Amino acid sequence: MSQMPQPTALSRCPSCEEPLEAGDRFCGACGYDLSAVPAPPGDNPTITMNGTSPRPPSAAASVDWPLAPEVDSSDTPAPVHRSTDIRGTDSGGSELPHATGGLAHPAGGLPHTTGELPHTTGELPHATGELPHATGGLSPSAGGLPPAPGGLPPAPGGLPHSGGELPHVVAAHAAGPPEPPPGVRFDRPSEPDDYPLAPPAAGAPAPEAPADPRTADLGTPAAGTKMCVACRAGSVDSDGYCENCGHAQPRERDHMEQELGAVAAVSDRGLRHHRNEDAFAISSTALPDGQPAVVAIVCDGVSSATRPDEASLAASRAANEALLEALPLGTHPQQAMHDAIVAAAEAVNALADASTAQGEHAPHVNAPACTLVGAVVTPTLLIVGWVGDSRAYWVPVDRSSLPARLTEDDSWAAQMVAAGLMNEAEAYADERAHAITGWLGADAYELEPHTASFKPDRPGVVVVCTDGLWNYAEAAEDMAEVVPLDAAERPLHSAQVLVGHALDGGGHDNVTVAVLPFPAPSQGAGSA
Amino acid sequence: MANFSKSNVPQFSVDVYQNEYLPEGGREVNAIVTVSATGGGTIGSAVAAPHLYTAGQAPDAAVAIMVDCSGSMDYPPTKMRNARDATAAAIDTLRDGVHFAVIGGTHIAKEVYPGNGRLAVADTTTRDQAKQALRKLSAGGGTAIGTWLRLADRLLASADVSIRHGILLTDGRNEHESPQDLKAALDSCAGRFTCDARGVGTDWEVKEVTGIASALLGTADIVADPAALSADFTQMMETAMGKEVADVSLRLWTPVGTAIKFVKQVAPTVEELTDRRTEAGPRAGDYPTGSWGDESRDYHVCVEVPSAEVGREMLAARVSLVIPQGDGSVQNLGAQGLVRAVWTDDMVASTSINPQVAHYTGQAELAQVIQQGLDLRKAGDADGATAKLGRAVQLASASGNADTAKLLAKVVDVVDAAAGTVRLKAKVEEADEMTLETRSTKTVRVKK
Repeated sequence: MSQMPQPTALSRCPSCEEPLEAGDRFCGACGYDLSAVPAPPGDNPTITMNGTSPRPPSAAASVDWPLAPEVDSSDTPAPVHRSTDIRGTDSGGSELPHATGGLAHPAGGLPHTTGELPHTTGELPHATGELPHATGGLSPSAGGLPPAPGGLPPAPGGLPHSGGELPHVVAAHAAGPPEPPPGVRFDRPSEPDDYPLAPPAAGAPAPEAPADPRTADLGTPAAGTKMCVACRAGSVDSDGYCENCGHAQPRERDHMEQELGAVAAVSDRGLRHHRNEDAFAISSTALPDGQPAVVAIVCDGVSSATRPDEASLAASRAANEALLEALPLGTHPQQAMHDAIVAAAEAVNALADASTAQGEHAPHVNAPACTLVGAVVTPTLLIVGWVGDSRAYWVPVDRSSLPARLTEDDSWAAQMVAAGLMNEAEAYADERAHAITGWLGADAYELEPHTASFKPDRPGVVVVCTDGLWNYAEAAEDMAEVVPLDAAERPLHSAQVLVGHALDGGGHDNVTVAVLPFPAPSQGAGSA
Repeated sequence: MANFSKSNVPQFSVDVYQNEYLPEGGREVNAIVTVSATGGGTIGSAVAAPHLYTAGQAPDAAVAIMVDCSGSMDYPPTKMRNARDATAAAIDTLRDGVHFAVIGGTHIAKEVYPGNGRLAVADTTTRDQAKQALRKLSAGGGTAIGTWLRLADRLLASADVSIRHGILLTDGRNEHESPQDLKAALDSCAGRFTCDARGVGTDWEVKEVTGIASALLGTADIVADPAALSADFTQMMETAMGKEVADVSLRLWTPVGTAIKFVKQVAPTVEELTDRRTEAGPRAGDYPTGSWGDESRDYHVCVEVPSAEVGREMLAARVSLVIPQGDGSVQNLGAQGLVRAVWTDDMVASTSINPQVAHYTGQAELAQVIQQGLDLRKAGDADGATAKLGRAVQLASASGNADTAKLLAKVVDVVDAAAGTVRLKAKVEEADEMTLETRSTKTVRVKK
């Protein structure tokens, strides 16, 4: 196809702006998959338009956003950001805009109120150039219906994207060149540049999912052989240890990926922890009026408690199920989120009951506990809910507008900052920074679910993550830097890139990221 | 071999207590392995619960009682009489159907009952006959315990039973054979039967008696007052009758590159097992534990693993229980426990010591310092003995080992138990000192 990856065409990484060298397949700094960079705009005939303005934002950009009407339990509303001074991605001049091809839903589709439709369109400064295109392409939905952002999950024109299901990615890897597993862990070789894919110019390799080095290792241990990945000599016993050298074998939860229509999540054990105590759940459902609702829950098991992995899994599942039950019934999403957190807390508490019953002779152990952060995205609303120090970030498609952190940690550091005793830098440098002051678990003092609802006026993505990621991109601006420009279009790939960012930074903790585009695409769009 | 169709065969379980977290570069993994056998015989011995033993289901055990008949048993004469009475009481405790024999020991071993190299089968008649035969016991001659053990071994081997047990009573030193002879006898008997050993009076050698019990996986104790022998024999026999499974071995599998630093039983008594390993296939070894009734024992396993990076996890040892069979195969008892090693950069996790490990490390040290303190005291090193016994008082007090603390208080004047400040008593009853030495290996479990 004409959109064959042309890595040499870029002089800078579209994600982090690191200068590239000819022939690079991946950015040497951030690992951005250059083969996935879409072809120049001329190749995208209709629907695709970019959401990134090469121009500085005009004054008209100052819409009132986010329209955070209220923030229920924590009275600290997420910072309001205006698309003022964040630097536009300008590298490569005209080269870059296409990187987000297909991203911007026509602003006209932003349906929080139908009435606002016309002028919202007008306000969006970046839409000017390609707007005619967009309106043309989306005219069927012009009646104020939630737009069918047809370009959303599947990139138009057969752009190489990672939109396939997880097995898809694995299969792509299996077909790729053999890579010796580096050991019992999944750490990837640090030089993605050396990843010996067939040169893109030679022949026509399948344009689908280029093997991402971050997911590449996934396929190897699951090959069905029961040989130890550490010593290559012993077989693996039923407990998951090598019968020769005793090393623990990779577990299923060490690295997990899931993509479901418009939402995707990736979880990784990291490089310093022996198991993955994070968990996630993603799903999508429909509101009573037929509008889609996309759900992502991310939980981080508290390591100092017993069985944190079970706690996080139980919490994420319980919250997800609670939302799936409540949303179609018409419960307000914010209320549903609140109830989901309560349900998750109960699920974690139930674990404690089971453990005390069986382990009376171990009274010193802590009850299972975890944090939780969740997001629900509908065509009009963005709801977040959280307990603990896992976070949600808002990253607009148009990077000229400001990103934002949507949650307020239940942590020592956040309390210090809130009390004015320390500034943020000092607080987070302290070793107590990550001591959390709120969690789900039987030993929690008092469950205080925080929820907040937003009405963004422009498209973007919600990054829902554990501290394993945000430790390496704490400020919203830093997070936005590492979120690929095409995040709304390729959530799975973006989640992979974000996990990769954390691993490159040291991977000191388990890393879990879910990426949800806003607004939620209407049902059926994902299968188009 | 054990017949596992019987309902009163105990179920074994293995629990592992450890802090699996090691710091970067950490290499030593410590774990307390608790082995419990439940549903077995002790609660349902023929004496305590005869209804559990249906007719036609003969107990699967043989017992040999070895009574010291050396000349010293007549000084005072009550000693011999008490030994006779105690043996009679033990015979009364025998379950119907148990094979048994009585051996009179001097510098040679004599069959007292039933004779002719056989074992009797316990019933009302044989029990009476055995008690009649005890009247023939008279004191005179020397002491050569090795010969008693060898005779017991021959007799016990003549019965096709799974539990073979001996009860040995002595009142004097093993003077009429060399220590090498005794050791050779112990080596040849080890693993063939278990044996409890008792010293009566105060003229016997503690290390000999504890050595016999240790080698033959039984208990050792002092019966300073001969009048207490009957109660002790009865209790020992009841315990023996409660044994349901013999020759259980603790099997340790360890991966390539690791080394076992030590394996010891730490409860109910401290018993070093490290050197008693028999190889059992690649990377596995068996440590004998003897026979089991309804009971629970704790073992301390220390494994040295190759150091690994933070984030790695490995299995340091797999603990299981097996019964070696005659044909070289083993019967696996099912229960197993995993000793793990996980490297972390979390200092809190890697520096904490598991309470069980800490407790039993203290109990093992307690047994050791008592032994050292008493040895130094005998050697005339009052300062050294005071330091060691002071430490013992401190450990016993801190760990709640009240029995040992009481015994220590008979040997030293305790000034400050918490600080371990003591003074040696000027005059110590010999029986008290021997009691302390014999029972120094008794441990208590972790305080709840």
